[in-house]
Amino acid sequence: MTAFDDWRARSPYYDETHEALAQSVRRFVSREIAPHIDRWEAEGELPLELHKKAAEAGILGLRYPEQYGGHSEGFDNFHGLVLTEELAAVGAGGLGASLMTHGIGLPPILALGSEELKERVAPPVLAGDKIIALGITEAGGGSDVANLKTTAVKDGDDYIVNGGKMFITSGMRADWLTCAVRTGEPGAAGISLLLIDMSSPGVERTRLDKMGWRCSDTAAIHFSDVRVPASNLIGPENGGFIGIMRNFNSERLGMAMGCCAYARVAMAEAAKWAQSRETFGRPLVGHQSIRIKLADMERQIEATQAWVDLCAWQVKHGKDRPADFAMLKVQATRMLEAVAREAAQVLGGASYITGSKVERIYREVRVNAIGGGSEEIMLDLAGRQLFSGKR
Amino acid sequence: MKILVPVKRVLDYNVKPRVKADGTGVDLANVKMSMNPFDEIGVEEAIRLKEKGVATEIVAVSVGPAKAQETLRTALAMGADRAILVQTDDEVEPLALAKIFKAIADAEAPGLVILGKQAIDGDNNQTGQMLAALTGWAQGTFASAVNVEGDHVSVTREVDGGLETVKLKLPAIVTTDLRLNEPRYASLPNIMKAKSKPLDTKTPADYGVDTAPRVKTVKVSEPPVRSAGVKVADVDDLVAKLKAIGVHS
Ligand SMILES: Cc1cc2nc3c(=O)[nH]c(=O)nc-3n(C[C@H](O)[C@H](O)[C@H](O)COP(=O)(O)OP(=O)(O)OC[C@H]3O[C@@H](n4cnc5c(N)ncnc54)[C@H](O)[C@@H]3O)c2cc1C
Ligand SMILES: Cc1cc2nc3c(=O)[nH]c(=O)nc-3n(C[C@H](O)[C@H](O)[C@H](O)COP(=O)(O)OP(=O)(O)OC[C@H]3O[C@@H](n4cnc5c(N)ncnc54)[C@H](O)[C@@H]3O)c2cc1C
Repeated sequence: MTAFDDWRARSPYYDETHEALAQSVRRFVSREIAPHIDRWEAEGELPLELHKKAAEAGILGLRYPEQYGGHSEGFDNFHGLVLTEELAAVGAGGLGASLMTHGIGLPPILALGSEELKERVAPPVLAGDKIIALGITEAGGGSDVANLKTTAVKDGDDYIVNGGKMFITSGMRADWLTCAVRTGEPGAAGISLLLIDMSSPGVERTRLDKMGWRCSDTAAIHFSDVRVPASNLIGPENGGFIGIMRNFNSERLGMAMGCCAYARVAMAEAAKWAQSRETFGRPLVGHQSIRIKLADMERQIEATQAWVDLCAWQVKHGKDRPADFAMLKVQATRMLEAVAREAAQVLGGASYITGSKVERIYREVRVNAIGGGSEEIMLDLAGRQLFSGKR
Repeated sequence: MKILVPVKRVLDYNVKPRVKADGTGVDLANVKMSMNPFDEIGVEEAIRLKEKGVATEIVAVSVGPAKAQETLRTALAMGADRAILVQTDDEVEPLALAKIFKAIADAEAPGLVILGKQAIDGDNNQTGQMLAALTGWAQGTFASAVNVEGDHVSVTREVDGGLETVKLKLPAIVTTDLRLNEPRYASLPNIMKAKSKPLDTKTPADYGVDTAPRVKTVKVSEPPVRSAGVKVADVDDLVAKLKAIGVHS
């Protein structure tokens, strides 16, 4: 019964190509990641060679066009979900977040950037030679994206950037930052996306220590008079906001899938524990309240998974709407919060001691519920779109 | 030269096996399955021989349920050219397997058959050896290096106490050990290409092989729980304890 089993084999959305990809990624994870993940969690970042190896194994390039070194032929977004789930097997959310940061940093360039920019940036990123991150959030606020304060002022053929970004995933190791800056009037209509070379003079970064996602390096970044060539503008000047919002939709679907996957890992560990741990003369599963707990966890995982898969299907067939991604993300993070809590409860004191996956996953609940659009903001966004006719 | 590579669908090596409540075997319902790791090494070795220009065609074969098609698709995605599924829901023992592979070898006339030294489910370590006996071909088991030179293959074997290199006349049987190579990962484009590669479905009867079991499984049970270790203070204490349990005199 233990979860993290072959649930996909019983789903209408997954075929043999998804299974083959799952097996390939699972092998990569067990060979290249599982033996080292505890050390990387302690060290606070992933080694650069891992990106190179993941590129060679076809992981970094999945979904991106062949002309930039990716693999898109035959790709559908369920392959993307499979990748997310298999990377979750080690129960360390920072792994997917940091190894796949290009999943949020690169799409705006491919969607809006000039051909020259795409050719300059995408191939080395997909080959694992360069790391690209996404910089939206600022110390002054992350939810209110339209009010961001970092400025980029035109000076000849360059922009001069001043300000800073906060909580940036892979920010310590990033070679490039896809960065939201203010180039025009206050509000959403004055925002542009600019690719910043992180080795430029005037860029300063500070490592942030965290509750979870520990193998992912997170940075506070400061810009003082950073000179960026205007050719690094991604899309039209003052037209960046739409690109940011569109990017969020796929990030939210991916995060929701991640929540299902981590919940399954926690569930599996709790179920295994409940079968082998004895109290009062019988295994924990022999106690009705524990069985009910486990079934209640499974119920929430399966319901959320069904919605994740439906949303993925809707994207594949062009029937998606943004409000669903926002609500789905909330569904998924609340589910993860509930499942992580109950899994820890089943493990008892052992869940509080470093070494179990449940202990780690429990610490990663908050970053999911806050990052990439916090629960309050998500529900308000959905509410406005669905019920008040506003955007 | 053609290479025949048998591949088996087994319980994924990341999954902890659970014994069925009635003690008749390991519970495989709703559990992740994948290709036997030793067979992946066999597929990889065959592909490398093809890349070196030694082999011209790689035929993957699996004996098992319809789902074993997935395992064959993985072999095709890694680089095998075509596949044969010998479909049966029975548990097939090494001797019957070897007979099926013998019949396929007769029909396909490969220069090499590369098998895993064992499958991680039954850990039998018999099929390659039995196939060599049935075909009368030379065998190099537990290979950590394989080099084809003209009409011979030299196989470096991992044996107790070190390495042994044997030179075999082709056609020959090779079984793989863990250190032979690191298998490649099947990428999405190759997974998609594998969909259009030929896969024939046969039955054991097509090869005139009776798969009825010769061995009766009496009981399958969980290994005994290991009791906790004892800490020793120093070497003298260790020696004393070993003497006490009769391991050291
Ligand atoms: C580990 C980690 C990695 C991250 N990686 C990145 C990254 O790579 N790139 C990036 O750009 N950002 C990243 N972030 C930032 C993340 O997206 C933000 O934390 C998030 O958007 C919330 O912004 P904030 O933290 O500034 O909270 P705030 O916006 O200050 O909000 C604080 C709280 O108030 C609530 N709130 C705010 N406004 C309202 C309102 N109008 N009504 C009701 N409630 C409201 C929010 O829901 C939240 O609960 C990361 C964050 C973390 C923790
Ligand atoms: C940081 C820390 C410090 C501690 N310090 C001390 C200390 O100083 N001294 C000390 O003696 N102990 C200490 N403990 C141990 C703590 O009291 C135990 O962890 C606690 O009593 C639970 O026991 P357990 O972990 O063995 O869980 P178990 O007893 O194995 O229980 C596991 C889960 O199953 C549930 N469960 C068990 N039996 C049943 C049942 N019949 N029906 C329904 N549900 C059931 C439990 O509620 C729990 O959720 C500490 C624990 C921690 C984490």
